[in-house]
Amino acid sequence: MAIVFQKPHALTDAPLHYCPGCPHGIIHRLVAEAIDALGIEGRTIGIAPVGCAVMAYDYFSCDMMEAAHGRAPATATGIKRCRPDNIVFTYQGDGDLASIGMAETVHAAARNENITVIFVNNAIYGMTGGQMAPTSLPGQVTQTSPYGRDVTHCGWPIRICELLATLEGPEYVARVAVNNVKNVKAAGKAIQKAFQNQIDKKGFSLVEVISACPTNWGMTPQKALEWVESDMIPYYPLGVYKDRTAAKEAAE
Amino acid sequence: MAERVLMKGNEAIAEAAIQAGCRHYFGYPITPQTEIAAYMAKRLPKIEGGVFLQAESEIASINMVYGAAATGARVMTSSSSPGISLKSEGLSYIAASDVPAFVVNVQRGGPGLGGIQPSQSDYFQATKGGGHGDYRMIVLAPATVQEMASLTVRGFNLADKYRMISMILADGTIGQMMEPISFQDIQVETYEKPWALTGTGMERPHNIVNSLYLKPDELERKNFERYEKYAAVEAAEAMWETYQMDDAEIGVVAFGIAARVAKNAVAAARSEGIKAGLIRPITLWPFPKEVLRQAADQVKAFVSVELNMGQMIDDVRLCTGCKRPVSLCNRTGGMIPSPDQVLASIRAAVKGGN
Repeated sequence: MAIVFQKPHALTDAPLHYCPGCPHGIIHRLVAEAIDALGIEGRTIGIAPVGCAVMAYDYFSCDMMEAAHGRAPATATGIKRCRPDNIVFTYQGDGDLASIGMAETVHAAARNENITVIFVNNAIYGMTGGQMAPTSLPGQVTQTSPYGRDVTHCGWPIRICELLATLEGPEYVARVAVNNVKNVKAAGKAIQKAFQNQIDKKGFSLVEVISACPTNWGMTPQKALEWVESDMIPYYPLGVYKDRTAAKEAAE
Repeated sequence: MAERVLMKGNEAIAEAAIQAGCRHYFGYPITPQTEIAAYMAKRLPKIEGGVFLQAESEIASINMVYGAAATGARVMTSSSSPGISLKSEGLSYIAASDVPAFVVNVQRGGPGLGGIQPSQSDYFQATKGGGHGDYRMIVLAPATVQEMASLTVRGFNLADKYRMISMILADGTIGQMMEPISFQDIQVETYEKPWALTGTGMERPHNIVNSLYLKPDELERKNFERYEKYAAVEAAEAMWETYQMDDAEIGVVAFGIAARVAKNAVAAARSEGIKAGLIRPITLWPFPKEVLRQAADQVKAFVSVELNMGQMIDDVRLCTGCKRPVSLCNRTGGMIPSPDQVLASIRAAVKGGN
């Protein structure tokens, strides 16, 4: 019988531990498909974050490392500076990348560190049980904002793509989502481009993936995807925020 | 390099690191060790594969070291006391992942922002942990500029041999002082690193560098295994120097710059007929327990000379089983005891007082 659909080679056979309806599985798959498509598994080194994806080191077939909370871009820098011919990516959540690891994120981008960053934004701390994230929406109810996120008390959500796009450093900054088939396909393309940029030695490429957390949002998986469309995407508009090569070509 | 050169202690570390095969330095500026970064910034870009990178923080720099070490590269960072506190999270991760790294602490007075003058007040932090969890680092305490160089090379070798962190615990005085030194006797050892992250090449299962073990029995087993390694280090790698200890009745114990002051005081004590001697631990972890245990059978009292409020003194008491009185002769906050102060402590120890 002909195989018509299979698991990417860059994913191991380990069963994923994610909750039912969690989009991490889709995003892992998109990363693995990009690695397969580019034929780079044998020279890729991935870095797992602290958070829900902490055990991603078991799921990708390439060499893997588990970084301290928020430090993945620094750890990736250390690897890439020692082994510039390897392909280095980080896979980080919103608490990891946009809160505790903000300095590492901004400075890796400012240095145009030639790495690929996959930033999964689901507006909540999932692994610790649903606390307010730096990207939680105004009014969003979480375990640590039980009356809804009060921006007069704890400030406003951070839009990472818009922030990084103000820097000279990064090559490519884009925001995608995985809430429907069309968006998943676009997300896959953006992720592959972020790896291709590294192969081409263009520099820091970050893809923010708007994701969902049915468990901690207290929604069914379907309702969570609807909330991505109705609430998340309006606050975090999809699109390419910076593409130095494209901008340069357009200018010529 | 010429047979003997005049160098600052901090520069000696940097040059020795390069000669030991270190091609990657990640750091963040802090006094009194900036010469190390300055030297590396000048030299490494001129060497093939050499990378000097000034990070955005001490936290980022130690995590860059973590990543670089995971690839099997010889890599280092350097800092001073408050910076080492910031690096301590990373040190715990590096220790827990069993990757080798070389770290320098040119200590300054603390706690807090403290001062920028020499100190030995990070003894506890270096030898008892600093970061969270059960782990150890090899801690080397140079007393001369020559030792800044030779212990740096030894530090890199030991780090690779045992897949551990080696730390040079120096102080602002040795870091800043100049002495003639030689790089003639450098012996670089190399070790296979099949665990390193290099890319699978589609030829082997993936390597994982990790410190997470969610199953408690697995984490316990990991910790037990790591402590077997530490026991081997304790059995094989303790270093010390003794001076006038053959017939000593007063055993002065001091490391680093304090040991040089203490040596003068021991000589002065001898000239007035007091049988004093000096034990200088060169490794602070592993602590040279055996030589102190044996000395406890010989001397009447110990004097611990330190640039802190009394930290190593606990280890002296522990490994001598409190068999003999141990008194403290100390200055802190960036002050250094004079030979006269140490001599006075030796005289007091003869009389049985403090």
